[in-house]
Amino acid sequence: MKILVCIKQVPDMESKFKVNGEGNWYDSSDLAWRMNEYDEYGVEQAVQLKEQIGDADLTVLCIGPDRVKETMKKALAMGCDRGAHIADDASYGRDPMEIAGIIVEFAKDKGFDLIFTGMQSQDRASGQVGVLVAEMLALPCVTTIIDFAFVDGEIQVKRELEGGIKAKVKTTIPALITCQLGLNTPRYPTLPNIMKAKKKELLSIPAADLLSVDTRQETAAMYFPEKKGGGRVLEGENTDLADQLIQILKEKTSVLA
Amino acid sequence: MKTLLVGEYRDAKLLGCNYDLIAFAEKIGGESAMFLVGSESELPPFDGPLYLADASEYGEYNPAVHRDLLVQVVEKEQPDVVVFSHSSYGWDLAPRLAYTMQAAQVSEVVDVVDSMPVVPVCNSKLRRNVKVHTAKAIYTLQAGAFTSSREPSGSPTVEKITTDSSATVIFEGYEEAEKGGVDLTKSEIIVSAGRGIGKPENVEMIAALAQVLKGEYGASRPVVDAEWVEHNRQVGTTGQVVSPKLYIACGISGAIQHLAGMKKAEFIIAINTDKDAPIAEVADILVVADLKQFVPALTEKLQAL
Repeated sequence: MKILVCIKQVPDMESKFKVNGEGNWYDSSDLAWRMNEYDEYGVEQAVQLKEQIGDADLTVLCIGPDRVKETMKKALAMGCDRGAHIADDASYGRDPMEIAGIIVEFAKDKGFDLIFTGMQSQDRASGQVGVLVAEMLALPCVTTIIDFAFVDGEIQVKRELEGGIKAKVKTTIPALITCQLGLNTPRYPTLPNIMKAKKKELLSIPAADLLSVDTRQETAAMYFPEKKGGGRVLEGENTDLADQLIQILKEKTSVLA
Repeated sequence: MKTLLVGEYRDAKLLGCNYDLIAFAEKIGGESAMFLVGSESELPPFDGPLYLADASEYGEYNPAVHRDLLVQVVEKEQPDVVVFSHSSYGWDLAPRLAYTMQAAQVSEVVDVVDSMPVVPVCNSKLRRNVKVHTAKAIYTLQAGAFTSSREPSGSPTVEKITTDSSATVIFEGYEEAEKGGVDLTKSEIIVSAGRGIGKPENVEMIAALAQVLKGEYGASRPVVDAEWVEHNRQVGTTGQVVSPKLYIACGISGAIQHLAGMKKAEFIIAINTDKDAPIAEVADILVVADLKQFVPALTEKLQAL
């Protein structure tokens, strides 16, 4: 079975963000980068599926500047077999349709049986790329899955709906699946696997070779939301803070009465 | 501007998010129509044309079929914007329509400023205004971002629609949330643990603070996903929606899905090392501290009262 896992490199969400000089995205300097959390579940599920069926070849794909190769190496150390780096310094400005178009140009003649993506990225959070890839390739697609099984050549998944309800869905391969948080427990790469990953194939392809779709939207401005006042901020030493907070609870609430 | 609202119906019930769609259409102004795969026995309180497909025939979860039904309506109505809720239905269906229409989709819209949709970035730490280059656009709306002060009323003019397209995935039924255990919605005081607690052993200090306040403890999604706390204690869109007298958020950054589950609490205290965390926006009091030291100190003082 041929499996494609699409991942994105994103900043750590706890980072101190700044807006870039053009005012249309966040500044990429001084940020700690990691694998988009949703995609980690996709990588893990693909590796688990390979462990289950034995005969599988896992390609991990990532679009972005040179630094994304570090994140791809993690996916290779988790168990992907080969990497396809789509080299693109301008990827941050591309809209979901352009990104999906690049993935489709790469994937269309390679006969993937199954494609995993995260249900969204943590930075842009459009939640569109996976579904668009499926539509462009005319594949069945199930989004937001929190349970996955491959039984007798059939995919059986559970979609997460609102209010803790799940929808049980099945489909045949080839198909595309988008992964929600909590789908599995992504493994930590072991040291021997990190060493092995260094020897795995990691090809770079210029994005220009795969661009097939025109942009349909752009970011006119990026900015920090106006603070709505928020509440009182208490800072200081822990025991003083505890005293202050207890005083506030006495004055403003009835919970200590 | 002409809008087409994509309503939601699940398990033989209209969903509350339809009100947000109607509120959005009112805010934007202009003509609007609605699309729904639902039932004639329960119609949304919407004044205008409603294109209705029968859910018993076209399925509750059937993306390809729902897409093809919707495309028909788009062709007939020619709306400027097709509007979905940013929900498990909307984010699944909207990109399929975007591809068919070759239109730009803007996800999780929280506002419209100078005719440009505004969306959050990086867990709501940043925002961006989006310039759409296509003649028609598709929006999905963040839950609760557009609400009306009055209950919508009205009755639609129903036009039934059909299709003969077939499904590419098979829906096999719903699985309800696990019942039993604690019911957080009945709790007046809730102390919740977020990713900031660091390790499963620290759930105990959150539970101890809840106990001394005679309340219950809850958790945000990452803590439940890591199986440090059971699912029936999860606060947020996919867990419980609570409105206690006091809510203490410990090490919770405040993802929109969590905020939607607790922002109606009467009094909110957030304990966080990051002053810029989105939870600060809804908190009455933000204690800037490391919860691992602060929570035990607070619990001890409360015990001594």
